[in-house]
Amino acid sequence: MVNKIWWKILSFLLLVYTIVAGFLLPVPRLNILNETIRNLYFHVCMWMGMMVLFAISFYHSVKYLRHQNFRSDIASSSYAALGSFFGILGYATGFLWVNVTWVTDQGQSIGSVLKEPKLIGAAIALLIYGAYFVLRGSFTDIDKRARVSAVYNIFAFAMLFPSIWIIPRLVGSLHPGAPGSDSGNPALDRTDLDSTMRMIFYPAIIGWTLLGVWIATLKIRLELIKNKNIINE
Amino acid sequence: MNKYLLIVTTLFFSLSASAQDKVEMADLMRSNGKIYTVVAVCLTILIGLFIYVFSIDRKITKLEKEQSVK
Repeated sequence: MVNKIWWKILSFLLLVYTIVAGFLLPVPRLNILNETIRNLYFHVCMWMGMMVLFAISFYHSVKYLRHQNFRSDIASSSYAALGSFFGILGYATGFLWVNVTWVTDQGQSIGSVLKEPKLIGAAIALLIYGAYFVLRGSFTDIDKRARVSAVYNIFAFAMLFPSIWIIPRLVGSLHPGAPGSDSGNPALDRTDLDSTMRMIFYPAIIGWTLLGVWIATLKIRLELIKNKNIINE
Repeated sequence: MNKYLLIVTTLFFSLSASAQDKVEMADLMRSNGKIYTVVAVCLTILIGLFIYVFSIDRKITKLEKEQSVK
């Protein structure tokens, strides 16, 4: 499947659709959010893509521990790298969005924005993945590096659950979906997201995720060419 | 009479202010068609990005083929 071209074209078509429909179709008229509600098709998709890429990275780490195949090590590190990149993009886009909604329109102070549990949780998750690359870089022995970083990657993926899915839903948050606000789980709940927006949001997630997977596979293939002498087949 | 009119009009204004369609959106951009420029710019960037990634993909495929021949 990986070397087939159809899913790369699918990714392109879905993203063209995301931009055309995402900018032109009507969205709910809401205070504070105004037109920035369209960021859902871009900012939120970065986080969704990050989750999928980290999950694939986790899968390859488990595969490495089972079969000790160097290819799986390369795959898991490349997917983790792309996942972290998506996470950083999600952070950067969220930062821009905060500036025009929470800070100016809602009158939140910088302090309350910094206490936002989703920001802290996502920062913890990204720092854990940052440590994964530090850990990888500190080994000279290839087998040891692969094994230790595969074990660490499983821990890092397990830490995603409390840091970005559980804790932000338990405590008060400025993000929609926090307890106390009237929205349940706007990203995924059928009743919480406008049906026109859902029609663009879900294809957008698939499109961005496929683009991330594609770039990750390019990275893997390049690493495989570079390490041709290590991998004996 | 005048008093009632005043109450009704204030009520009307406060209602219309809270109504959803008074929320400020980029309607001007949509009505004068400038939104299409934004879409065109974003599409150009997206297409350029994909052409670039595609060309890297093809280069890697070529390298892989060269290596398997050796």
